[in-house]
Formats: sequence, C-alpha cells, structure tokens
Amino acid sequence: MTALQDTTVHAPPRTLSERIVRIIGRSPVHIILGFIALVWLVPSIGLLITSFRPSADMRATGWWTVITNPRFTLENYERVISAEDMGSAFINSVFITVPSTILPLIIASMAAFALAWIKFPFRDTIFLVIVALLMVPVQIGFIPLVVAFRESGTGLLTTYGAVWLTHTAFALPFGIFLLRNFFITLPRDLIEAARIDGASNVAIFRTIVVPLSVPAIAAYGIFQFLWVWNDLLMALIYAQSGSIQPMTVEVTRLLGTYATEWSLLAAAAFLIMIVPLVVFMSLQRYFVQGLLAGSVK
Amino acid sequence: MTTASPPADAPAATSGTSRPGRGIGWAALLFLGPAALFLLAFLVYPTIYTLFLSFNRGRAGGFSEWVGLDNWITLFTEDPNFLRLGFPPSGALWNNVLWIIFYVSLTVLLGLIVAVMATRVRYEAAIKAIIFLPMAIAATSIAIIWRFVYSPDPETGLLNALLGTVGAGPTAVLGSPDTVNWALIAVGIWGSVGFATVILSAAIKGISSEVLEAARVDGATETQIFWRIIVPMVSLPISVVTVTLVVNVIKLFDLIYVMTAGGPGASSRVIAFSMYQEAFPQGRFGYGSAIAIVMLLLLIPVMIFNIRRFRAEAVQQ
Repeated sequence: MTALQDTTVHAPPRTLSERIVRIIGRSPVHIILGFIALVWLVPSIGLLITSFRPSADMRATGWWTVITNPRFTLENYERVISAEDMGSAFINSVFITVPSTILPLIIASMAAFALAWIKFPFRDTIFLVIVALLMVPVQIGFIPLVVAFRESGTGLLTTYGAVWLTHTAFALPFGIFLLRNFFITLPRDLIEAARIDGASNVAIFRTIVVPLSVPAIAAYGIFQFLWVWNDLLMALIYAQSGSIQPMTVEVTRLLGTYATEWSLLAAAAFLIMIVPLVVFMSLQRYFVQGLLAGSVK
Repeated sequence: MTTASPPADAPAATSGTSRPGRGIGWAALLFLGPAALFLLAFLVYPTIYTLFLSFNRGRAGGFSEWVGLDNWITLFTEDPNFLRLGFPPSGALWNNVLWIIFYVSLTVLLGLIVAVMATRVRYEAAIKAIIFLPMAIAATSIAIIWRFVYSPDPETGLLNALLGTVGAGPTAVLGSPDTVNWALIAVGIWGSVGFATVILSAAIKGISSEVLEAARVDGATETQIFWRIIVPMVSLPISVVTVTLVVNVIKLFDLIYVMTAGGPGASSRVIAFSMYQEAFPQGRFGYGSAIAIVMLLLLIPVMIFNIRRFRAEAVQQ
C-alpha cells in the first residue's frame, strides 16, 4: 500500500525539479501497474507463441527462447482443425450458441414486456419468483432433465435440442430481470399514448419497446452468446454424442490424449478464444454494460 | 398482489380501461407464457425432483429405493472427499470455504487497488482492458493457459523456469495436495480481478474529488484515504462484487475439471465438481442430488439478498 502514499501532486509542475519529483513520486504506481500488466499478459502470450511453434522446438526449449530463435509454423492449427476434429467442433459451437442466444433473447424480452407494461394479477409476485430463480444452479436440472430427455425417446441428448432448451431456460431469469428493469425506464407517456391510439400490445412491443431497448437487448445477447460459447459443463451433460460436442468438450478430450503436446493444446485453446476476443474487442462497451447491469443494477 | 412493494412505475391502474379488460389476460399469457413454461419445466420441476431424489438411492437412472436421510448423513459424516473435519480439514466443501476466504477477498482487494491506481495514469483504459480480458474467454482456455504455466518441466513451464533462475527445484504445483488448491485459487483470482476492477472503478469515479482534496489538505496520507474514504464510500459495490464472487465459487466447475479433475486424489474437489463426479461418472443419482441441493441451500441467502435489494430499489423509485 505504500505505493499509494506518494501521489499528492495536484498543481501542474512548473519547474524541472518539480517535474522530476512528480515522476519519481508516481513511479511506484507505474511499477505496480506494469507488473500487473505483465502477470496478466505473459501467460496468454506464452501460449499464443507456443501455438505457432513447431512441436519439436516446443519439447526442446521454452517459448521465451523465440526471441533468439524465432521459428513459426501453422501446422499445429492445421493438425488440430483437421486431424483432431476441432474444425467440426467449431461448427458445433456455432450451432449450439446461435439458437441458445436468440431463443432466450426473444422469450425473455416478451416476458419482460409483460412484467413491465401489462397489468395482471400477481405480477410483482411473479417477478420476485423470477428474481429468486436467478440463483438456481444448473446442477439442479442435471439428473431430472437427463432422465426426462432420455425417457422421452426424442433423441434430444444426441442432437442439439437438449443443449438449446436447457441453455435457454437457465438464461431466462437473468434476461427477464435485466430487460424488465430496462423496460420500466421507458417513457410511460409514449406507451400510454400508443394504447389510447388503439395499438395492441404486440404492436407496442414490436414498434416501441424493442427498438428503444436495443442497448439492453444487445448487452444481454452478447453476455449470453459468450456464456454459451465458453460453457463446458452444460455441454458435458446435455450434448452426449461426439458429433455434436462443442470445442470446450473436444479440448478436454485432447487434454486426455495429449497431456503434454502443448503446441497442439495451445492451438486448440486459441481456437476457442478467437470468437470471444473478436466480440470483446469490437463490442466491449455493450459487454461491460451487460456485466454492470447484471451485478450492480 | 400480496407482495409489499409493487414498483410504482408500471402503467397506472387505469391501463385496464384503455384496453378492454378481456384482452389483458390473454396478452399477459401470450407474452409471459413461453418463459413460464420454460421456467416451470426446466427449473421448478427439476428442483422438486432433485429434492425428492436426494432421499432416494437413485441407482437405476431415477427413483429406486427410499433411503431417508442416508445420502445426507453419508455426505456430511462419512465422505472424506466431500467433508473431512479434523486438523487440517479437507474435502470439497472445505475447499469451497478456502476459495471463499482467499479468492473472494484477494480478488476484491486487488480489484480495488488496480481501480484506484488506474485512475491516476494515462493508460487507464489499456490496463483495464488487459486485466479484464480473462472475463471474455472460456474457463477451459484459462485452464490450459495455466496448466502450461504450471508445467513441471522447466523447459516448458514458465513458473518452474522462473523458480529455476533463483535455484529452486522444479515442482509440480498441481500434483501435490499441499499446493494444488492455492495454485487453482491464484488462477481464479487472475480470471476475476478484471470484473472487480471494472465495477469498482465505475464506483470510485463517482466519489467527488472535493472530498479527496479536502482529506489531502487535512494531511491524510494516501493509505488513510484508501481505507477511510474510498473503501467506505464504495462499500455497496464492494458488497455486490463480493456476493457475485461467492456465487462464482459455489458454481465453480470448469476450471477444476480441466486443470486437475479434482485431483491429485480428491484434494482439489469443490462441491460443483463433486456433484458432477458422483452423479455422472459414478452414477450415484441420489447422492449427487443431495450435493445439488447443498448448492441450492448455499445460494438461498444470496437469493434473499437479491430480493431485498430489488425491493429496496423498487421503493426508492
């Protein structure tokens, strides 16, 4: 904590000596932040470099030796995508994630609209029940739902169906909570005026509420997309056929087979990371908003 | 309308007059129906089913033989993998306690320190983005990143390469019951500090600079300002972050599954891992159900906290 003690310069420095005092005074902050940046970056960079190193090099020397001996290859990615099925697992991740994002988005928006702008008995009680359901862990569903899916004879566990349905259900409490709290902030006059003009609830929802709520809906959509894309546990339980498993499950299989083939594992880990990184970089604002809304609001 | 605090914002009570009364019930049903169906079928029904199954042997993939409290008694008294009291205590539940104590407090503290420091530098946005990045990526990828750092081979693993430069022998931190939980908690902190930083930094920016200036004029040191002004003034966001992190711990699974699979032995298990392990690879559905109910029970205080907080907000509006 001593580092925090020295930064009491407020007025802009006028003389050279003042400027030097200021730089020295602040250097502990810079050193600590620099150290933190290193600890947060170096592990990921090490793995990224390893994913491009020939596996013979990887076994012989540490990744940090690339500074003196830079040799890179794409063969780890080629191998992991084609020979090790990460390519088809990537497609599976897309097939799992897109419907598991769109379905809860639609269903939660509709429910949130009802809870915010349609008057009906026990509305607030129902909303409190949904707030309570936020805390139901996914584990509660594992046994009953696996048994039910199995006994239904629909083959949901060997198609994407079971993953879609369960991801949707467990995303709803948060989505309804988030969107309802946003919807009630919309101007009441606007909605009442539309009602008086004879607009139906469906029309009000489609033409007023949804268009005005794009930031909140986008934040929830991004949050849910990354949640499903990054999920391992739900896929382990509900995607029980190898041909539908996403990358997160596939990579645990690779870990079992090639525990020390780091070049291969690194390439696989980065294949999982590419999409979230792109989403994060391009939509960071919405992403952080979603996160803030989920916890602080 | 039995609940005490109807939010005052919804359409006025007259909304029933602007739409004919007969339409209202149908509209609510149309909009709320799909969500209600999903929640009843996939959350409410399974909760009841799992609760009952926790009193059943649950061998043959469903209900088989009622065993009363057997699963519960075994869980808390006869299963050292779940809870072994003694000195030192061990087991999955105890590991969750370690996680709650160390992961939660250090994440909040580090998040707060970074948030305070970052406001003083010009590269604030960059440092926050760097530290927040792990929030966006899969726990599976984080697990591989850190298995690689922890690799016992000093020609591969960064940690042992660094230890080698100071003359310490290579150690397999994930391979020893003495170090495995600390190594995992460190990774957990690495993954979550960004979350704490982003939320707390938003709160710190809300503190008026006049208060801080006044304290400085009165001769307060920066350490005093940190503990006596900043920490109390952001105590609500701190409690929100703390609760979120505690929930993270109770639900923690992916990281453990990929990094250690609960090992060596069962020394790094946590409850969510035990639930999976007992119910699926072992096929003990009744026993696994009891663990799932333990998770739910641990989350009920948070449930109450959320409802209270929501009601308080509704009253304020």
